[in-house]
Amino acid sequence: MNFALTDQQQQIRDEVAKLCARFDETYWLERDRTATFPEAFFAAMAEGNWLGIAMPEEYGGAGLGITEAAILMQTVAESGACMSGASAIHLNIFGLNPVVVSGTETQKRRMLPPVVAGRDKACFGVTEPNAGLNTTQISTRADRRGDRYMINGTKIWTSTAQVANKILLLARTTPLDRVQRHSHGLTLFYTTLDRAHAEVRLIHKMGRHAVDSNMVFFEDMEVPEEDRIGEEGEGFRTLLHGLNPERVLVAAEAIGIGHAGLARASRYARERVVFGRPIGQNQGIQHPLAKCWAELEAARLMVMKAAWLYDQGLPCGAEANAAKYLAGEAGFRACEQAVMTHGGMGYAQEYHVERYLRESLIPRIAPVSPQLILSYLAERVLDLPKSY
Amino acid sequence: MKILVPVKRVVDYNVKVRVKADGTGIETAGVKMSMNPFDEIGVEEAVRLKEKGAATEIVAVSMGVPQCAETIRTALAMGADRGILVETDAELQPLAVAKLLKAIAEKEQPKLIILGKQAIDDDMNATGQMLAALLGWPQGTFASKITIEGDGITVTREVDGGLETVALTLPAIITTDLRLNEPRYASLPNIMKARKKPIDNLKPADLGVDPKPRLTTVKVAEPPKRKAGVKVGSVAELVEKLKTEAKVI
Ligand SMILES: Cc1cc2nc3c(=O)[nH]c(=O)nc-3n(C[C@H](O)[C@H](O)[C@H](O)COP(=O)(O)OP(=O)(O)OC[C@H]3O[C@@H](n4cnc5c(N)ncnc54)[C@H](O)[C@@H]3O)c2cc1C
Repeated sequence: MNFALTDQQQQIRDEVAKLCARFDETYWLERDRTATFPEAFFAAMAEGNWLGIAMPEEYGGAGLGITEAAILMQTVAESGACMSGASAIHLNIFGLNPVVVSGTETQKRRMLPPVVAGRDKACFGVTEPNAGLNTTQISTRADRRGDRYMINGTKIWTSTAQVANKILLLARTTPLDRVQRHSHGLTLFYTTLDRAHAEVRLIHKMGRHAVDSNMVFFEDMEVPEEDRIGEEGEGFRTLLHGLNPERVLVAAEAIGIGHAGLARASRYARERVVFGRPIGQNQGIQHPLAKCWAELEAARLMVMKAAWLYDQGLPCGAEANAAKYLAGEAGFRACEQAVMTHGGMGYAQEYHVERYLRESLIPRIAPVSPQLILSYLAERVLDLPKSY
Repeated sequence: MKILVPVKRVVDYNVKVRVKADGTGIETAGVKMSMNPFDEIGVEEAVRLKEKGAATEIVAVSMGVPQCAETIRTALAMGADRGILVETDAELQPLAVAKLLKAIAEKEQPKLIILGKQAIDDDMNATGQMLAALLGWPQGTFASKITIEGDGITVTREVDGGLETVALTLPAIITTDLRLNEPRYASLPNIMKARKKPIDNLKPADLGVDPKPRLTTVKVAEPPKRKAGVKVGSVAELVEKLKTEAKVI
């Protein structure tokens, strides 16, 4: 067993941290206040070719593992970019995994290089208002018309749809009442987000204003057959391949935010003097922060274990889900404690931790809720009856 | 033209340095280490000279524990072509480093050696000057700008009270000051390529140098703690405090 980062992993962490240092707290505060996408940050990540970290070398990537991608994402979030930075690049980093796994050679050559280079921005259209976490119940339809499909329906929470030109879209091609299993009859597409037939409406949300989330209404949006990823009706299975690594990345992002909050809290606790001593000299301030550190590092080990299993080609469902659960909770608690440590100043934007707290709820809720993770672990690991 | 760039592995500038309990030195176990920032500037300058066509090869050299190879890899990722690691457990002082570099320079025959003006750990500001003396080469220290023309090099130096410009003939020694350039970030493809660039492994004995220290460190201690300051509300209050408390006016 070896817990040390390799030289290369350490170098990745160092270089990404240096790059992120160019985008300081005022940059992110301003993006949040004005709700503007961090284009300059995105461009810098693309220029350093960081977006391709886990994509195959043949398509312009670096061919490294999900472990390295997780280290990258934690470093980005930890720099204070939090989810405003992480979500801006998240989809480019690993969103196209279904294309890598199930795409044809022609599709890979066409679809991957522009995403790796940052010329294409993709969004991810899975969640729907009427299906919730029960993904197989989605009602967006893709009806075949010769060599194309017509998309009709509504997606919700589609992040970056305001700035993206591409969408990874899950839709039903065979109605629910005509399939043997609910997970059949769904098809995955990676296609142009044709705004003439897709209305994108912003959701006003609690935080991460820099990176938009939306409702998307499709009306007869045409998708050519070449944009179908994998077999028709097999979309759910195709998508499943990417779920575990995605959980690992979101977990790494949560750890990053938690450490960012903890660093600010500790600094403030050392400097702020009340009753003639730094507030950090009181155990009532110290202990919760120390506990946050312990929880974050424990969660990080689970993230690294899940990433390692995935990179070894071993099953990692339980670990990836547990990592996302632990990290989501630990990240949130660290940011909450960061606000509380700052007292009243924690509530002022100028001290940044209130933004961290608002953003730390995202990896807690998405892409899968803590409840559903626990239900999954109960069923798959503890062999209890399925509850959902 | 070949350029030699020595790079030192030092405690990262972000780390809060702690003195060892027994006062023999500073704690380095489990502490994040990085390339000396002045050496990063040296690597950057060498890479820029190569990009301009003024240099053909850049060799990065580091000395000390095996982990110094990581520091060389950083230089390779920034654009150096190959590395030389002189591996030793000995505590290396400037004179020993200068002697080792002299031996390497005689082997490699570079036209230019770019060092940092000092390392941020011991702040010696000596190696470049010693190396120039040992090799008998001209030196342009504290460089904030360099221009190469033919066999000559013009160096703008940051000196007390202004800038001094000196003209040297190659081969020469340069030591970098902060304003010479802003080092680049290594991109991911360059980090990947750096893995494949060669690093030669040598021992001081291979270079015929005895790196034994000539100076003994008697004691290392933390500077006295500064008392917390106070914030004043107005100029009047400041003047009052300067009169009654600080008693300076
Ligand atoms: C900021 C943000 C960005 C997002 N970006 C994207 C995106 O880009 N693309 C995308 O497709 N989606 C995105 N999502 C959607 C996200 O993945 C979903 O919100 C999440 O999966 C939860 O689904 P839901 O909102 O429909 O919750 P629901 O399914 O309605 O669940 C509501 C609550 O009930 C609980 N619950 C439901 N069923 C059970 C059960 N059987 N047992 C116990 N508890 C249960 C849930 O845990 C949850 O607490 C985003 C969400 C947010 C907040």
